[in-house]
Order: sequence, then C-alpha cells, then structure tokens
Amino acid sequence: MSMLKDWINKGRLKSPWVVHFDCGSCNGCDIEVLACLTPVYDVERFGILNIGDPKHADVLLVTGTVNHRNKHVLKNIYDQMPEPKAVIAMGACGLTGGVFREAYNVVGGVDKVIPVDVYVRGCPPKPEAIIDGVVLALEKVKAKLEAAG
Amino acid sequence: MRTILPFGPQHPVLPEPIHLKLVVEEEKVVEALPNLGYVHRGLEKLTDIRDYNQMVNIVERVCGICSCIHALNFCEAVEEMMKIEVPQRAHFLRVMWSEIHRIHSHLLWLGLFADGFGFESLFMQLWRIRERSMDLMEATAGNRVVISTNIVGGVRKDITEEQKTWILAEIDKIEAEVRQVEKTLLSDYTVKSRCCGKGVLTKEQAHQLGAVGPCLRGSGWAQDARMTGYAAYGQLDFEPVVEHDGDSYARCVVRFREVYTSCDLVRQALAKLPGGELAAKFKAKPEGEVWRRVEQPRGELFYYIKGNGSKFLERVRIRTPTFANIPPLLAMLPGCDLADVPVIVLSIDPCISCTER
Amino acid sequence: MLANEQAVTVDTLIPECQTRFDAGLRLVGISAVEIKTDSTFDVLYHFDKDLQVSHLRLNVPKADAVPSISGVYFAALLAENEIKDQFGVNFQNIVIDFGCTLYLEPEVVKSPFCTFTFAKKDKVKEEA
Repeated sequence: MSMLKDWINKGRLKSPWVVHFDCGSCNGCDIEVLACLTPVYDVERFGILNIGDPKHADVLLVTGTVNHRNKHVLKNIYDQMPEPKAVIAMGACGLTGGVFREAYNVVGGVDKVIPVDVYVRGCPPKPEAIIDGVVLALEKVKAKLEAAG
Repeated sequence: MRTILPFGPQHPVLPEPIHLKLVVEEEKVVEALPNLGYVHRGLEKLTDIRDYNQMVNIVERVCGICSCIHALNFCEAVEEMMKIEVPQRAHFLRVMWSEIHRIHSHLLWLGLFADGFGFESLFMQLWRIRERSMDLMEATAGNRVVISTNIVGGVRKDITEEQKTWILAEIDKIEAEVRQVEKTLLSDYTVKSRCCGKGVLTKEQAHQLGAVGPCLRGSGWAQDARMTGYAAYGQLDFEPVVEHDGDSYARCVVRFREVYTSCDLVRQALAKLPGGELAAKFKAKPEGEVWRRVEQPRGELFYYIKGNGSKFLERVRIRTPTFANIPPLLAMLPGCDLADVPVIVLSIDPCISCTER
Repeated sequence: MLANEQAVTVDTLIPECQTRFDAGLRLVGISAVEIKTDSTFDVLYHFDKDLQVSHLRLNVPKADAVPSISGVYFAALLAENEIKDQFGVNFQNIVIDFGCTLYLEPEVVKSPFCTFTFAKKDKVKEEA
C-alpha cells in the first residue's frame, strides 16, 4: 500500500495540475498565465497542466484583489480542492490589493481569505516568474506530503 | 421542461468571472440574466485620493489587455481640459503603441476564440505570433503588458532609429505569419460550422442596443472612433473594416482584418514620425467638463471627466466597450443552443474587468 | 457645460429620448455626478449619430425619482443599475432591476460615491 502511495505522490510532484482563478484582476496577470501555457514558455513540457476543475487540482493560482462578492467564490474553490494543496497569489493586487488597496469594494490581498504559500510579485509578473512560483509551490506540496506521511 | 443553469463565474472557457443565469428549455436557451460584480473594485472613486497624474496609472489597470489605450484616452481628456498642446512626435508614438496593443489584443482574442470552439492547435499558433508583439512592447517600454508610456502632456519613452527598423521588421513578420493562419481560420469547414449564423445581431438591433466596435462593424455599420482623428489618426490613411452578416463569424473576420489594418497603421505612423519633444510642459489645473472617446480593441471607449480646479478630479466616468456590448449579448443568447453559448459569449470579446472597473 | 448639450426635466426626459431613438441616435452612455453645492444629481445621457455626440442633462434633487429610459433604450439598463448602486439615484421601472446589488453585496448598505442613500434605505426598510 505504501508503495502505491509513494508512486502516486511521485506522480503528483512531477505533474502538478493548476487551477487558475481570476479574483478581480485587471487581466494583465491572467494573460500572462495563459502566455505560460503557449509555445514560447510552454509549461506543459514540465508536466504542468492548466485545468478547469478545482477538484482535480494540486495548485491554486489566484490573480487580483479580493472583493466582497468574490471572496465567497474563492473560499468555495479552495475548499473543493483535495489535500495537499498549495496556493499561489500573483501580482501586486493578489499580494496586498496593489493600486486598488484603498478602493471601497476591495478587501485586500488573497491572504485575507485563504492561506497563501507562495507570493509572486510584479504588475504583472513575467511568465518566467510565474513558472518559478509554481516550482516553489511544489516544494511546499512536497513538504506537506512528507508531514502527512 | 425549464431548467436554470449557472454559467460561471469560474468556467474553463472564460478567463474571467462573469455569471450568467441561463434559463434552458431542453437544449435551447430561453433567457439569459447577467450577474456581475465579481471584479468590481470601485476605482472611479479613487480620484478622491489620487491626483490626475497618479490616476493615469490607475486607469491603466482598468484592463490589462488594453491598458495603453485607457491611459491614452484619459490623458487626451485631461489635456483637452487643461488646453495642453501635445508634441507631434508624442501623438505618433501614441498611435504606434495603441496599434501594437490592438494587434496583441486581437491575436489574444482570436486564440481564445479558437480555444472556445475546441481548436487548440490554432490557439497555440496565434499565441505564438502574439509573443512577437509582446516582445515589441517589452523592448520599447520595459514591460510586457502594462506599458505605462502615456503621461499627461505626451509620452514617457522614445524609440531609437535601430528600434524603428527592428519594429518594422517584426511587424512584417507578424503580418506574414497571420496571413499563413488566415486560410485555416477563415475558410475552414469546421470553424464555419461552429460560427456561421450563431448569435446573429441584425443591423438595426446592433445600433438600437448600443453595440460598439467589432460587434457594430460586424453588423454592417462603418463606425470606428479612429475616424474622428484623435492623436495622429487624422494624418494617417485608415478605412474601418466592415462585415454585413452580424454573426459570430462576421465579428471574427472583422477582428482578423483589423490586425492587418493595425500593422499598416504602425508602418504609416513610423514612416511619418516627426522629430521633436516627447512631452509638453504645462502649468494648469483641471477645471470644467470634457468627454473624450477613442477606439479600443473591443470598441469605443468613452470617458467623461469633471474637474474642479484642484489637482484631484471630481469625477471620472469610464464607459467601456464591453459594458455597451452586454445588452446586445443578452439579445443574442435567447434561442441559441446551449453548446453555442461559449462561442457567442466569447464573440463579443468580453472584458469583465473593464465592464465593472 | 458640454457642446451640443440640452437640458431636460424629469417630465421631458422620456419624450426627448424617444425622439432621439426614432431619429436613429445610439445611446453611448449615462454618467452621474453629485453636485455638492446644492445637493442635486446631474445625470448626463450621451448619444451618438454618425460620429457626432450630443448630450442631455438632467438635474434632479437627490430624493426625487427619475424615470428609467431602459424602456426606450434597452442598453440603458446596466448604466442605470450601476448609477443606482453607486450614487443611490432613484431610477424607477428599470427593465431588469438589480435593486442595488449589481456590483455590491447586500451587506454593503452605503452608496459608495456619495453619502446620500435614498434607494438603499428604501430597500433596507423593505427587508426589515
């Protein structure tokens, strides 16, 4: 049984599935996430796949500020993901609220609602930085797997 | 049997959160109700604590995809209010960056549209071409997406002669590569069967419902805010692209042809690029009311600005193209098949962060 | 004061819009401004025909009801709902009325753009 578990865990780390949620971002970060998937950066060669269903995902990639309406959606998506999971907050808005931090409908960064493991800075971050962030998140997932035994 | 289906806010086809309540009878959509507010930040209100120079950076982040054009419109409005003469070189450089932005936005949309009806290799091809325009922006302005080149009074960055030659060469490559894809996208049987006759907007409907941009031009109206000749557009040759069918395919063709127009406009702007200053110096406070509009990749962008003589503007009202295109979308959806909903929603090129600000 | 502008009152708003609709003008947008000095709202309607823009200006006291033009121009519905959300302008009979929840969650009771909240208070009373 433990051999099977080891094998699954190995696969998990070699091919992380990422779900991307736009949480009130200006699209700048979102198009850079998509740029990661396309020929020039092509994260699929590292086994990183972008999928639509949070129930299949290992890593949640969140862009943009949290507001009063989408915080429920964000929490819901996070809760649907199976353990172990990692969360990446992306861009200035995802970290702190960015230029919008004082706007009336903005709650703040992603970490006001769900725990964040990796912060990727930039407005918007370059695709290289995003790939770097996903790789860092994998180390967190690995640590969580080891802690769980 | 009536069923209510939720579409979004987290949906594989949509990169952005919009929620549509679709009332479905069997496989036909009877009614569609939008539910917005997932991206609403309230940035128009930030004028209270940010002065007009700082607001340029904020309006740029209304939408990351057309950031340069939002800043252009805001700067033009403030310049008109304060009666600033912008140097000619700045006008031409603004046209160049706007058109590079338009190329990037249209290729992005064409790729997402191809992905929307399941043509993934075409998505990858178009995005590969698009990376050239991203390189152009990174090399000339320093950032890939939010380029921040416009300031009140002119532009912040200049281009050198070598860069000019290189930009022209890259534009030629973009155009050649897009021409290679043209046959696949515009004369393919499967593409046509997915798009032709889907989401039809008649000529009268388009105008009455206030559609703008490719939605309006796809329905046979030759209306493009670039025809008003803002920035340096008055000195360049330009014909709006018009199609007459009013369906998803027509809107796709309009955007595709506009990539060529944009390439041409970049070439013209660089050929006529005059020398001189980059930005005007001024000493004035914004006072009074102005409106201003420019053509964004998604359509006509309208700003209404009111100043009260202090450096903080009293009101900035942004009417974005997708905001105007949502009522036509609500008219297009009833009567279509459920499977066509993603294609029709994508065909207006929805930009939700623009819509809600 | 904008060029090509015409002032209207609450009573002449709908007939003016109908004339413009029949003449084939496209509704570009609606903007609202709070006039702080005499506690009124300016509601501006922008129209376009053949790239010529014209405007209608409606000046109303804050508590007054404003008829919705979404019966004439369907496209007005989003803009009117938005202004109702942000300013609390009391638009009557919008085709699809979101009741101040287009952008804001029901728990946010204050209109963000000005301190005046006619429509909101109304709604809270109804719920209570």
